[in-house]
Amino acid sequence: MGSKVRIEFRRVWKRFPARGRGGGEVSAVEDVSLAVRDGEVVSIIGPSGCGKSTLLNMGAGLYLPSAGEVYVDGEPVAGPNPHVAFMLQKDLLLPWRSIRENVELGLEIRRVPAADRRARAVALIERCHLTGFESHYPHQLSGGMRQRAALARTLAVDPTVLLMDEPFSALDAQTKMVLQQDLAQTVAEEGKTALFITHDLVESIALSDRILVMSARPGRIVTEIPVSIPGREAPIRRRLDTRVGPLAARLMEELHIGEAMPAEAF
Amino acid sequence: MAVERMAAARTAAGAGPGAAARGAPAHRGRLATAVHGAGSGAGTVLASAAVLLAFLAAWEWLPPLFDIPAYILPPASKVWSEFWRMLATERLLHHSGITALEVVAGFALGSALGALMGFVLGAAPRAELVLSPYILALQIAPKVAFAPLFVMWLGYTVYPKILVAVLIVFFPIMVNVLTAIRTVDPDLVNLARSFSATRWQIFRMIEYPATLPPLFSGLRIGATLAVIGVVVGELVGGNIGLGYLLVFGEGQGNTAMVFVTIIALTLIGIAAYGAVILVERRVLHYLPRAQHRTV
Repeated sequence: MGSKVRIEFRRVWKRFPARGRGGGEVSAVEDVSLAVRDGEVVSIIGPSGCGKSTLLNMGAGLYLPSAGEVYVDGEPVAGPNPHVAFMLQKDLLLPWRSIRENVELGLEIRRVPAADRRARAVALIERCHLTGFESHYPHQLSGGMRQRAALARTLAVDPTVLLMDEPFSALDAQTKMVLQQDLAQTVAEEGKTALFITHDLVESIALSDRILVMSARPGRIVTEIPVSIPGREAPIRRRLDTRVGPLAARLMEELHIGEAMPAEAF
Repeated sequence: MAVERMAAARTAAGAGPGAAARGAPAHRGRLATAVHGAGSGAGTVLASAAVLLAFLAAWEWLPPLFDIPAYILPPASKVWSEFWRMLATERLLHHSGITALEVVAGFALGSALGALMGFVLGAAPRAELVLSPYILALQIAPKVAFAPLFVMWLGYTVYPKILVAVLIVFFPIMVNVLTAIRTVDPDLVNLARSFSATRWQIFRMIEYPATLPPLFSGLRIGATLAVIGVVVGELVGGNIGLGYLLVFGEGQGNTAMVFVTIIALTLIGIAAYGAVILVERRVLHYLPRAQHRTV
């Protein structure tokens, strides 16, 4: 793991105009600072609506912070840039494109010659275990396979930083674990840096080097928890480690899960 | 019609990105094809043919049985012989050709303009907001009522007929395209933007293809509406086209002639609709088979 910072948020605020006529603004993210070093995987967990996705969108340059700066590879983010690629819960495959054409989307937008595009897409389709499905259309694939194709499309543009917004949360438990394993392996082998948003406490422990806990809206980072369990490249094995349980308990405590429940519920 | 359009838009939305059920088994599409394949076998064709035969038989023999005179309801055989007479002496093919030409021209122009306007308004939300009351008013206005006006402007030529068809075809297609552009998943657009796509690339790679299924729903509706527009134009004035033959047959009290003309018009409509379906199957080949079955 290098010491070079790949993506950094420096005192970032994001406010949106409030809904309705009253005017005013709603704060989505308040004073967030974080830095992810080369090759690191950092998870962000927090309650729904705490501004996690807002952070990712600013990282991808889809919108700019109200205050503060985002840096990718040392450069301030002023808009979409080639260092970053994102992946969402929705696979966002285009139904009119075959799987190979979907994987090629980013390269095509960046005007990579057709032959190069194709070679790269075929290689990534193989890496994501989709060989044989190149000319299938998205509707012919299962949810897990579609998300694999989305991963291949994300990797195809060779980003240094992967921004992932609950990419596996729509999948069933088993498919999810297999895809986590694949993702972790790929990230480790290619030395990618990743900022990973999730609701799933164990997922955040299994996949990352550090976990950042965010508060409810307006979102700010309340705690940073390092995950000092070996085997980040093999989350299925990592899940079985005895340290996972206590760590999950600590995350629950940080997120105040269970506290709001009335005593009779137990 | 509005309801039909809503349904069309919904079908299209269903075809949109991410609509296919997540976690559905990979063979779902193929299974559906197999089921439908069994449904549209030889048995179904035979049954449909039997219905036609029964209908023709009823048409031939029931009216005399109930003492309905031939000038009210001519039997099938009379209509058949009238068809041959019209071919020989009324230039049926000539008039059919003119009507078909007007339908094709009106449909092509109307759908091209409608799609273009849908794309333009889709790209300019402010313009749409400003124009929306007028678009709504024009959409509610009965388009065929413009026919006399167009005849007054353009005379007894093919042009007023084509113009009515253009006007009547324009709206369902524009509305479908506009709705489709508005409902493109913003995350798809963001995905393209994150790859540094230009505005034109976003249109060409995301928005335009996303509007194709609703565009084709609009074209299907348009194909049948074009025939209506042309016929009304021909009814209003002139001495060409099947609409003219309708008026002529009516004037002569020749009920069979009116029947033949209605059938000819229906055939033109079927041909136009069928052509749209054929093109649609080729263009939207990526959709699950089942979605093509909406008639």
